[in-house]
Amino acid sequence: MTPAVRESTPGNVRAAHSHRLADSEKWLGLVMIAPAIVYIVALIGIPLVMAILYSMSDVSTGDPSLDYAGLRNFRAAFADPVFRRSVWNTIVFTFASQFLVLVLSKILALALMKDFKGKWLARFLIMLPWTAPIALGTIGWLWMLDSVFSPIDWVFRHWGLLGSPGALFGSNPNLYWLGVPSLAMTSVIFVHVWRMLPLATVIVLGGLSSIPKELLEAADIDGAGFWRRTFQIVIPLVLPIMTIAVLFGIVFTFTDMAVVYVLTRGGPVQSTQVIATWTFFKGIEGGDLAQGAAVSLFLVPVLAGVAILMLKLARRTEVT
Amino acid sequence: MRPLRKLAARGGLYTVVGAFSFFGAFPFYWMLIATFKTDHDLFSPTNNPFLFNEPPTLDHLRLLFFETHYLQYLLNTFWVGLAVVAITLATAVPAAYSLTRWARGWGETMGIGIFLTYLVPGTILFIPLSRFIAFLGLHESLWSLILIYPTFTIPFCTWLLMGFFKSIPKDIEEQAMIDGESRLGAMVKVVLPISVSGILTVVVFAFTLAMHEFIYALTFISVSAKKTVSIGVPTELVRGDVFQWGPLMAGALIASIPVAILYTFFLDRFIAGFTMGSVK
Repeated sequence: MTPAVRESTPGNVRAAHSHRLADSEKWLGLVMIAPAIVYIVALIGIPLVMAILYSMSDVSTGDPSLDYAGLRNFRAAFADPVFRRSVWNTIVFTFASQFLVLVLSKILALALMKDFKGKWLARFLIMLPWTAPIALGTIGWLWMLDSVFSPIDWVFRHWGLLGSPGALFGSNPNLYWLGVPSLAMTSVIFVHVWRMLPLATVIVLGGLSSIPKELLEAADIDGAGFWRRTFQIVIPLVLPIMTIAVLFGIVFTFTDMAVVYVLTRGGPVQSTQVIATWTFFKGIEGGDLAQGAAVSLFLVPVLAGVAILMLKLARRTEVT
Repeated sequence: MRPLRKLAARGGLYTVVGAFSFFGAFPFYWMLIATFKTDHDLFSPTNNPFLFNEPPTLDHLRLLFFETHYLQYLLNTFWVGLAVVAITLATAVPAAYSLTRWARGWGETMGIGIFLTYLVPGTILFIPLSRFIAFLGLHESLWSLILIYPTFTIPFCTWLLMGFFKSIPKDIEEQAMIDGESRLGAMVKVVLPISVSGILTVVVFAFTLAMHEFIYALTFISVSAKKTVSIGVPTELVRGDVFQWGPLMAGALIASIPVAILYTFFLDRFIAGFTMGSVK
């Protein structure tokens, strides 16, 4: 398509040359994709390999040289009861919160399908936990779960459920949300639900609105009730989308560090420690990079599973 | 009977939506009221915590803005966000274009591959990256964040933009090329101007993600004046064991609301990306 190079001045030749490069799809294609690939390989790919190398070495902030240490770090991690607790907690927090999110997002999405006055405001308020920075939102929860000034405790006291002899939640004036292991765990799960619900809701909402109206009307005409309609038409149709919502929920909750770090720092007595925070405390605050890397790699199996499921879903939606 | 049932359904709807709105927004209401409450009011366990029992005060705001590095945090966050947006655009726009237009067959696969790197969490990468940053001498510098944040903005934004470019018919470019534009010129002068909404989405997404980020900032930065809002507020407004709740809540609220508004406007487009185009 380019004209043959005209003779004469070097400037002209250069212009023609660059013009040809600007027309070469193969060359342009490579040049334009290159920066993204370089970025991803250099700052995601290589660090990922480094994390694996670190986990089998004795590297620390004091002694940054890599010496092979075999599986020692993994054995040490497993021998540590705090680590075992953190793996357990990560799983409990993720699956408990995602189960609740799954149920609640379905209810909320069904409600948001309807039109009503002030919907934009309701939507904004409902989305806040996801749209605002999580570390800052969690700060709000930290004050709400305060050991003395928690408004939740105040309401319970007000209703006589707390702080008087024989009250349902005990005679102490406070529940100490973040001071009692079981309540601290409940609180962390609650904050994760609060944070992930908006994302799941919008995703499910998208799925619901893509169901053809005629299908539901036909079901109505055939006399299908609410439950049959929900379980035999709506849920099967939005199932792939709901799976995506849950997969994202799992990734974000599983790898999140901000909620536990801000809320409890893993306390009381390590009862809310998760893999992400334990990695940070071991690897960065403790300076044992090798041990930290080994701990963090325990996130990989679940993430790999999620990635494979997503690929499968993507392929399925591509076909249809 | 029928209008009554309708009324009940309506009431039920408002109850559900109201309850969820309350659940989502209450922590922010809690921040708002603490921002303007006097310490005495804040710290009296018998006072009704939901209302002002004493006249509101601006003391916390004064303390936040004039006696802490809060303004500096906002500024730092803003600069980091801006630089990350620039790097993301410069990298993701050409990459997405290249993948949608020139990579036959493997373009989609590679796009999904790039998207999946978004799932590799900072929680795994931050330990090796902390060595990397130390090696480059960027510790305690905002440049460390500017360098690292694109690792999560580029994969997702490339994916988002691929969706946009795919929807632009190739004929427009071919027409421009017949009119004498080069292949590159056709992209820059014809395709980019009609992709403004896609590019704007990427700008907002990269900026808000940079504002939300927590782990890297916590790992790379410990000097107070260099912190971003996300880590400055939770780590610096606590003196020893004393939480300064008023300024703390004010700081969290003021930084949250503008990002939340910005994010909400573009939410539907992000979701279309998240669900890999299976939701429109």
